[in-house]
Amino acid sequence: MEQKQALFNYLLRLGDNAAILGHRLSEWCGHGPELEEDIAIINTALDLLGHARSLYTYAGEVEGKGRDEDDIAYLRIEREYRNALICELPNGHYGDTIARQFLFDQFNYLLFSELVNSTDETVAAIAAKAIKEIRYHLRRSTEWTLRLGDGTEESHNRVQQSFHDVWMYTGDLFVQDESDKAVIEAGIGPDLTLLYPVWQDKVKEVLKEATLEMPENGWMQSGSKQGRHTEHFGYILSELQYMQRAYPGCEW
Amino acid sequence: MERKDWPLWEVFVRSKAGLSHKHAGSLHAPDAEMAISNARDVYTRRNEGVSIWVVESKYIHSTQESDVESMFDPNEDKIYRHPTFYDIPDEVGHM
Repeated sequence: MEQKQALFNYLLRLGDNAAILGHRLSEWCGHGPELEEDIAIINTALDLLGHARSLYTYAGEVEGKGRDEDDIAYLRIEREYRNALICELPNGHYGDTIARQFLFDQFNYLLFSELVNSTDETVAAIAAKAIKEIRYHLRRSTEWTLRLGDGTEESHNRVQQSFHDVWMYTGDLFVQDESDKAVIEAGIGPDLTLLYPVWQDKVKEVLKEATLEMPENGWMQSGSKQGRHTEHFGYILSELQYMQRAYPGCEW
Repeated sequence: MERKDWPLWEVFVRSKAGLSHKHAGSLHAPDAEMAISNARDVYTRRNEGVSIWVVESKYIHSTQESDVESMFDPNEDKIYRHPTFYDIPDEVGHM
């Protein structure tokens, strides 16, 4: 595979992870369980949208077809989005959102900790800025996992179920294809198979402290790297892209 | 389900090194750690701070409205307590 194409795919995946999860979190705006939590979760959403902007802009430059961040964010169809499946899952109740966020943050933190040392200077620079925010996201979702897990009987039972429900989407985070291999060989991104045992240990550690049971690895969903999504994804795009589709090129 | 409100916390933010912490406002949080976290997200998101203190509001003791006269009014006519009352020799420089 051509190096440029591999890097473009790679950037698109990173950008889509941030954009789609950020969009999901933004749905909590005005609906958070507490005023303070509402503000905090939206801060995370905005951080992620910031990461997406940088990654999309650079993806557009690498591609060299004159597409900017908005073209990439708003004018692709479902199968062209490459975000990990876990990012597009519905928010559910707050425990569901926290379980999804903690598992993703832990992955994202390990990934970006490596991207800081990327041989691609732009990727390294974007990662250096993002890692500070991601470290905070992880801190927050870890704290909430501990409090819900080791909280009341009800919060414990509900968040335990949340972790069981989301678990089958965690395998998809670590699937690698040709683009990943090219990127690893060039020293641009880390080998995810090396991150997986670290991710498992960290998750296990926090779940244990939260008095939660680590779900067993059963059948895992996959397909995000080929653009195969869950049934929830089309609804995200119809909301996200409505304005640009109805009024092409509109600005405000 | 029984709903228990989170306790109220007072937030103090130091805007830059060397300055003292100033009261920024209050918020609700289940415990001290989350109070600091919430304070970061509510009161320092526009680059307002480098350090945060939180204290549960119930631990703050204050003067009473009814005491205002005896506490503060007697100071009104004691202008000699203000440093501006005295002439400062030029040699002293900036004070």
